[in-house]
Amino acid sequence: MTQPLPAGTVVRVKLDWPELRGPVHIRTPHYLRGRRGTVVRYLGEFPNPEDIAFNRPPDLLPLYHVSFEPHTLWPSGVSGDEVLVEIYGSWLQLEGA
Amino acid sequence: MSVIETESTQLLAAVRQILAAKSLVSDQEIAERIAITDAATPGQGARMVAKAWLDPAYRALLLEDGTKAAEAAGVMMRGMPPLGVLENTEAVHNLVVCTLCSCYPRAVLGYPPFWFKSAGYRARAVRDPRGVIAEWGTVLPETTKIRVVDSTADYRWMVLPMRPAGTEGWDEERLAAVVREGDMIGVTVPTIG
Amino acid sequence: MTMHDDPAQPVLTTDVSVRAHHDMGGISKYICEPIDTKPHALDAFDREVDALRQLLSAKGLMTVDELRRGIEAIPEGTYHRLTYYQRWMRSITATLLRKGVIAEADLLAVLQPPA
Repeated sequence: MTQPLPAGTVVRVKLDWPELRGPVHIRTPHYLRGRRGTVVRYLGEFPNPEDIAFNRPPDLLPLYHVSFEPHTLWPSGVSGDEVLVEIYGSWLQLEGA
Repeated sequence: MSVIETESTQLLAAVRQILAAKSLVSDQEIAERIAITDAATPGQGARMVAKAWLDPAYRALLLEDGTKAAEAAGVMMRGMPPLGVLENTEAVHNLVVCTLCSCYPRAVLGYPPFWFKSAGYRARAVRDPRGVIAEWGTVLPETTKIRVVDSTADYRWMVLPMRPAGTEGWDEERLAAVVREGDMIGVTVPTIG
Repeated sequence: MTMHDDPAQPVLTTDVSVRAHHDMGGISKYICEPIDTKPHALDAFDREVDALRQLLSAKGLMTVDELRRGIEAIPEGTYHRLTYYQRWMRSITATLLRKGVIAEADLLAVLQPPA
């Protein structure tokens, strides 16, 4: 695996809806699709639940704790608050790369 | 009607019977597993919190590697998901949720409470955390920010709450007794009296 | 779909029908609903289902990911009507059937024994 993304990396969650393409098991919440966040911490490598759920041999994916600003998620999101979510690297794109 | 739409208790009994007949899962194993699972309570997490309040080295371990810290406190973590611990400070208050299902730090807190698994909590916590904790009467200082942690993947998360004032000189047992399940998820903060 | 970076007008994907129904973060339908904070004791059924799932996982017969996928496949109305552990039981049964761990014929025979 390549080097994990360092803390502070600005990322964009892919604006993708695999749900439209057939039965899936996705652990990236809808409210984060297409949103921008910041990597807080690399959490390690884990087998892809999207594969395990369908009994396919899973890829190992990097897992990150990514921080999002609530005002970018909700109309009433409070500035300064934080939403912190585990996201697999396969769902993240580098912002402004 | 499809067979899986059979009334649930009947379905359970039937599935158990077949699994036992095939020697896949026995009644004895189920009984033993229930006993083990029932034995896990929030008291385990409370002990870890009290230890952290009393011992800076344990506190550092708890925040760095929750799994190791749980094991050091006598909690069996082999085969369990990794445990992450988030500390509350004057500046930041943590609130744990699993919007997708009900991922909960069961190894250290036991079964998740009904409310944690409810549609209301799963939907609101990530969008209106102050409204959610207000349901428990919890109000934070205006200067405290809220961090909502959505457990979507392999980790399980618990909160290390702040030690309440008025507990100076208390031993571990006395401190652990004031730490409730909700304090370690973030819907409440420990209070005394 | 437009990008959602304008804080004045974030697009709420809750209003977009592509959201899977179990994917409940922030959905408008529940924002005003009070939360039942009372403790609800687990009954024998709940405990047995919970234990069964743990054992099936420990024995490599069914993963927690398969459990979740099975729960997510429950139609929306039924999902909200069933209790938490009733959803588990439905998912466990469907998964074990699909994987051939148990056979539908055996299940039917137990549930509706021939006269």
